[in-house]
Amino acid sequence: MTSRASWIPYALIAPAVLFLAAFFIVPLVQTIWLSFSSEEGVGLANYARMAGDLNFSLAIRNTFLLTAIVVPLQVALALLMAVMLTKIERGRDLVLWVLTIPLGISDLAAGLAWLAILQNTGYLNSALYGLGLIPGPTGWLTQETPVALFIGIVLAELWRATAIVLVIVVAGIQLIPKEFAEAAEIFGARPWTRFRKITLPLLKPSLQSALILRTVLAFEVFAVVYALGGTNFPVLAGEAYTWQNINQNYGVAAAYAVLIMAISLAATALYLSILRVRPEQQP
Amino acid sequence: MTATGITTPRPAPTSGIAVPSARRFLLWTGIVVLLIWVLLPIYFVALGAFGGRLGVFRWPKSIWPTDVSVAPMMQFLGIEGVFSALINSLIAAGLTVLFSVLLGAPAGYALARYAFRGQTAFRLMVLLTRAFPLAILALPLTVSFIRFGLYDTPFGVSLIHTVLALPFAVLVTQSLFMGIPREYEEAAWVFGCTRLQAFMKVVLPLALPGLAATAIFAFVISWNEVFAASILTVRERTLTAYLLKVLSESPLHYRFAGGFILIIPSVLFIFAVRRYLFAVWGIASK
Amino acid sequence: MQSATLRAVAVAAVVFGSLTAAKAQDTIFYSTQLRPIEEATKVREVLLKGVPGKVTYVVDEPPAFAVRLKAETQAGKRTISLVGALHGELQPHVPDDLQPIEDVAAKVSNLGIPANLMQLGKLGTDKQQYIPWMQATYIMVANKQALQYLPAGADINALTYEQLQQWAKAIADRTGQRRLGWPAGPTGLMARFFQGYFYPSFTGGVVTPFKSADAEAGWNMMKQLWTVSSPNSTSYNFMQEPLLGGEIWIAWDHVARVKEALEAQPDQFVTFPAPAGPKGRGYMPVIAGLAIPKDAPNHDGAVAVIQHLTKPETQIKTAQEVGFFPVVKAELPADLSPGVKLLSSAVSATQNAKDAVVSLLPVGLGAKGGEFNKVYMDTFQRIVQRNEPVKAVLEDQAKVLDTLMKQTGAPCWAPDKPSQGACIVD
Repeated sequence: MTSRASWIPYALIAPAVLFLAAFFIVPLVQTIWLSFSSEEGVGLANYARMAGDLNFSLAIRNTFLLTAIVVPLQVALALLMAVMLTKIERGRDLVLWVLTIPLGISDLAAGLAWLAILQNTGYLNSALYGLGLIPGPTGWLTQETPVALFIGIVLAELWRATAIVLVIVVAGIQLIPKEFAEAAEIFGARPWTRFRKITLPLLKPSLQSALILRTVLAFEVFAVVYALGGTNFPVLAGEAYTWQNINQNYGVAAAYAVLIMAISLAATALYLSILRVRPEQQP
Repeated sequence: MTATGITTPRPAPTSGIAVPSARRFLLWTGIVVLLIWVLLPIYFVALGAFGGRLGVFRWPKSIWPTDVSVAPMMQFLGIEGVFSALINSLIAAGLTVLFSVLLGAPAGYALARYAFRGQTAFRLMVLLTRAFPLAILALPLTVSFIRFGLYDTPFGVSLIHTVLALPFAVLVTQSLFMGIPREYEEAAWVFGCTRLQAFMKVVLPLALPGLAATAIFAFVISWNEVFAASILTVRERTLTAYLLKVLSESPLHYRFAGGFILIIPSVLFIFAVRRYLFAVWGIASK
Repeated sequence: MQSATLRAVAVAAVVFGSLTAAKAQDTIFYSTQLRPIEEATKVREVLLKGVPGKVTYVVDEPPAFAVRLKAETQAGKRTISLVGALHGELQPHVPDDLQPIEDVAAKVSNLGIPANLMQLGKLGTDKQQYIPWMQATYIMVANKQALQYLPAGADINALTYEQLQQWAKAIADRTGQRRLGWPAGPTGLMARFFQGYFYPSFTGGVVTPFKSADAEAGWNMMKQLWTVSSPNSTSYNFMQEPLLGGEIWIAWDHVARVKEALEAQPDQFVTFPAPAGPKGRGYMPVIAGLAIPKDAPNHDGAVAVIQHLTKPETQIKTAQEVGFFPVVKAELPADLSPGVKLLSSAVSATQNAKDAVVSLLPVGLGAKGGEFNKVYMDTFQRIVQRNEPVKAVLEDQAKVLDTLMKQTGAPCWAPDKPSQGACIVD
């Protein structure tokens, strides 16, 4: 399949390597360095400042909670969508297109779209009012309604980022040889059993990619939260942004960045070891 | 994408058995619910964008487009800064496309066609970038960008956006080239083409649709990125960065207009690449 | 490391600013005021109309403004010809970045700018550093529907914090909705409430008495107030929107940020001064000035803009368009729009209140202004929203405040007593 080694492949990858070294490796090292240096010299001052901030523990808790709830829900919803898609024949292209539209929508725009629905005089309240469930405009996105605010953010995240999981899962399902399903059917396996015993295990590589990607992105979540709840729901990336742009303290911002990186790496490693994909399972 | 041998974009039906009509009804109900779930928020933000200042305060709101007009949207587009931010976003996204294809495609080709020492290390580095919240790296990049005069330019923004799009471009083009039988190229060599000629005449035409899809994805990645763009620019903001900064001090109807402007290109892009979506991701997630 | 970074950021901003913005005869007018898009549009399209030559109006947030002005000086490359900023934001740029403008002061001397304002414009030196541009302050606005719940015997123009609390409580009890609102959202000006109204009213200072017994009593009052305030307050940036929407019946905010509501429905609202505490009626005048940086590329253009903006007609237009009031002698016309009339009546009631305690905007904090505001907002969040013990939080935050003041070396400003060296917490 591949030819003998020569200088050609190195010449071909060289630009990409140099580029990644300059704009990925170097800033990575710089971020780590910046996070350890402050006005008092090199040390943990920025980390102490970060950990001592009143929003720190909240941001950690919120980010983890959001990731733990949103990512599994997204995978479940995407699997449901994918299975439904395999069942329809006419109009599949159109349905697929609509379901994947959020793929191209930025988190900022998604936050704004959900703000239109969830704000005090928004469409949700108008509907509830029309049904006689609430007496007038009601706030759902305030600090005093943390549960409602959280649900609002979860909904917006589900709406925005399920599409990427859907695409990966649908692509994975296509790769499953259909003989498997046919064989199972001949042996009388019920649809749920077929799904559990055949589809799901064979989807493992796809699910692994989807989980890693979504989890890393979930730890970076920021614009949706900012658009919906302002500072009512602190998250890690939002704190990094605030320290950088509003408080103008780059050291503490870098400390947050390093923390987010560490968490993302740990999560990736965890997924890789839990969902180990054996070569023979590669579809 | 026709003769490439890559998986077809249409999912194969898992069984030939007809779905009973009761279940068929349930299925379509579910699908309609899902379609509404996706489309409704977009519709509402459009109502907000065209409803103007008073529309935002109306209570209770009607879900029908009563008294909407294009005036609020035109007013929004007329605000100083919006138009130049739009141009900056287009420049940054265009450059991101250019860089990620120019850097990513050769690397993808190398991974697909050659076995060489360091291949695993390279692949690992590419994969590793996906495990990092890349946008965060924009913080220290401010300093070096200043030194090299890249700060506050769409060009500088496109560099970090290329870091986001490049791993994706490498992996996709790798699978793309793997799907083009090597024999085609070898045949061209037999007929006296140089390697470059063979690539240009045989491989490239076959790979073009896939490359186009890769390019559009790179475009979307750059178009939507908020964090790095707002840190790396001060005055030459991209649209997302501009909106994040300015809209926090703006009334709601402007915010909805901004959201709507951001959504429209996405919908069109996804429509343009819908046939390649699955082929592209099916391979990239391997 | 950090300040080096800041400087580097700013240098870059300068270099690119010069590439993108200026052709030779442009006058770049760089301002921290009138930032929101609607206001900035009015500056460009209405207030700067009729100035000879091309003026480019650029806005930035105060910390970025400070960094950029200093960096231009350091880089020795000036792109900005004219700056517009608050008194306290201009203070740190004397003497390094600003050009004394005695000549311009002479040119505007016949406009009737009050002597005490001109004196402020010297920023503690013996030369004119800026020309007063416009003034504003913060006021209270109430929906007329709220008036029926006003506690018996309370004079709306001489409210106390207790009466405000009783009033809002009556509204909450009778209507079932908490309708007292504050701009405590991410870009709201709530920090200014604590610095210019709350602390001066309860303690007679801002920094020095930060953790005093008076401050403690004040925060306990604030907790009471919060129980009758709208829970949405932490999302409000501008009070005009919830006022117009009817969600809020009583609000405190900057005049420019309630103006739209008063303009849209002048019959629906009344305006009045902020309440008084045990030490008086805290009140923060906001004075914006126009200054010319050293080595300005277009000094003459800048002078022309200053002369244009201080003309009585322009000053009146400024009041009408953006809700900032004249600093020159300019009779606001009788046909003033009813909304602006409402604003101006509350402003003069505030200025003429017998128990007024004038509080200036923070001075000398430079790029640390964001962290200074954070101290007050963090204190508010912890005490009022998270219900942490008042004394402990004040002790904690006082340490942060102290460190900050020592880092910047900023001396005390009114109503704190003048200090030798940095202003520290007692």
